[in-house]
Amino acid sequence: MSKPKFKNPVVNWIDYRLPIFTFMNHELNEYPTPKNLNYFWNFGSLAGITLVIMIVTGIVLSMNYTAHIDYAFDSVERIMRDVNHGWLLRYIHMNGASFFFIVVYIHIFRGLYYGSYKAPREILWILGVLILLLMMATAFMGYVLPWGQMSFWGATVITNLFSAIPLVGESIVTWLWGGFSVDNPTLNRFFSLHFVLPFVIVGVVILHLVALHRFGSNNPIGIDVKGKQDTIPFHPYYTIKDLFGLSVFATVFAAAVFFFPNFMGHPDNYIPANPMVTPAHIVPEWYFLPFYAILRAIPDKLGGVLFMFGAIMVLFVLPWLDKSSVRSSQFRPLYKLFFWFLVIDCIALGYLGAMPAEGIYVVLSRLATAYYFFHFLIILPLLPKIESTRPLPVSISTPIITASSNASTVMAMREKK
Amino acid sequence: MTNKNTPDDKNKRDFLQISTYALGAVGAASFVWPLINQMNPAADTLALASTEVDLEQLEEGQAITVTWRGKPVFIRHRTKEEIASAKDQLLDGLRDPQTDDERVQNEKYIVLVGVCTHLGCVPLGQKSGDVKGEYGGWFCPCHGSHYDHSGRIRKGPAPTNLEIPQYSFLSDTLIKIG
Repeated sequence: MSKPKFKNPVVNWIDYRLPIFTFMNHELNEYPTPKNLNYFWNFGSLAGITLVIMIVTGIVLSMNYTAHIDYAFDSVERIMRDVNHGWLLRYIHMNGASFFFIVVYIHIFRGLYYGSYKAPREILWILGVLILLLMMATAFMGYVLPWGQMSFWGATVITNLFSAIPLVGESIVTWLWGGFSVDNPTLNRFFSLHFVLPFVIVGVVILHLVALHRFGSNNPIGIDVKGKQDTIPFHPYYTIKDLFGLSVFATVFAAAVFFFPNFMGHPDNYIPANPMVTPAHIVPEWYFLPFYAILRAIPDKLGGVLFMFGAIMVLFVLPWLDKSSVRSSQFRPLYKLFFWFLVIDCIALGYLGAMPAEGIYVVLSRLATAYYFFHFLIILPLLPKIESTRPLPVSISTPIITASSNASTVMAMREKK
Repeated sequence: MTNKNTPDDKNKRDFLQISTYALGAVGAASFVWPLINQMNPAADTLALASTEVDLEQLEEGQAITVTWRGKPVFIRHRTKEEIASAKDQLLDGLRDPQTDDERVQNEKYIVLVGVCTHLGCVPLGQKSGDVKGEYGGWFCPCHGSHYDHSGRIRKGPAPTNLEIPQYSFLSDTLIKIG
């Protein structure tokens, strides 16, 4: 038997039979991480923590919730008024969904900016897009559960998207509903799926982490780690940095929960669902608005649905659309410019998704939709042909090699010699 | 027993292997089907499939909304002008061409499933103060579909006319939907 690795003999005894402590030490303690990560690398761990918060609050909420059309709305109001700390748990869960998307969207745009989806991290990226899709399905079904007006009509509009499928569309919608409209069977199955999907997400997150730890994190300058001098152990350097980020995040999250819990919600969802009356202005939750804008921009039902799903599908093939071998946009002046155009485009789509589908908004939605696809399908494949990238540093430890390097860096390099 | 891999043996093994996979696939599919089919409408949901409505009190120009299979059904007692405008419409400009006669049993009453064929919202136009759209029938506020006096799609994203439910007149003013 090899020399005991841990001081505690019980830990050693267990680890010899079940190497869980070796695994944790390897992946969470000594795990070599690029030493130049900036604060945008906090959002992965924040997303993981938010997922745990959502699962924990969700489980306790489900203990007080009734998945029946006659009781669902009242059971949620009972949680808000009568259940001990129910208001707090529900507001955490409700705002947690929004914060989960904020964190994940920042995480995704970080990946886009620093080229984290490029070889050899394609599968890592694809798993991430899969997590986004699962999150969207989970969030959508969760929003139906309080059975308010927006719940009901959101569910109606979104499930009706599938009726656009030729031939079998109507049968699929009836199958999804378990009836001829969104009704009790629909609510029941949505509750069941809303409960189970987060655990599926946990499974995919584990795969995401396995794929991440295969090659380690990308980093702001986007070049591979060349050796030990480029990395630092995950603990304590990044555990403490992640914890600091978490405390900032938790402060903002708590401010939302305690001071403006309904800011990101819609007041119509505090009206019980009424299948006979559609609210004058249906909008999805803010995190779906860019996709909703794309749906409405296309003047054809099937086309709108295809483009909306296409907006996500294009992310799956992104590693093969962007043909540039340089990862970080720090060294890609043109890509950096187009990245910011894409950010503006996505924000514009989000704004347009919230506006009524008429007049100038329709025109702008179409332009913004066209630009979204233009970015991924035309600009990214063509860009390497015209872009002259800046020279890459030799390694993470010697990031600046050009003549423009400033005095302090030169000093640092001299000291090292 | 010899252990020769003659071509005959190989064919036998291939046959056994393929038939085992095939049988396994059939077995798995016949187990998966109940899991999928349980999501289709249950027997009691299908049983709630008809509604009777008395139209005696419905005056000309009035409309009522009744529930059928959890969906709103619009019944409108049309005015003479509305009937005329629905009948006079040429089929050329229509997205889903249908004459008014194809869409009514008694031209006074138009019976429609009150669900927009775009994404399932309930169009406005049943109440007297409602926005009725550019063609005077119904208007869907969600994504802006306009329907005429016959419930035909005239403008906006909806692909087809408002659906006509199965119904029959039990007497002059009593109808059974479903």
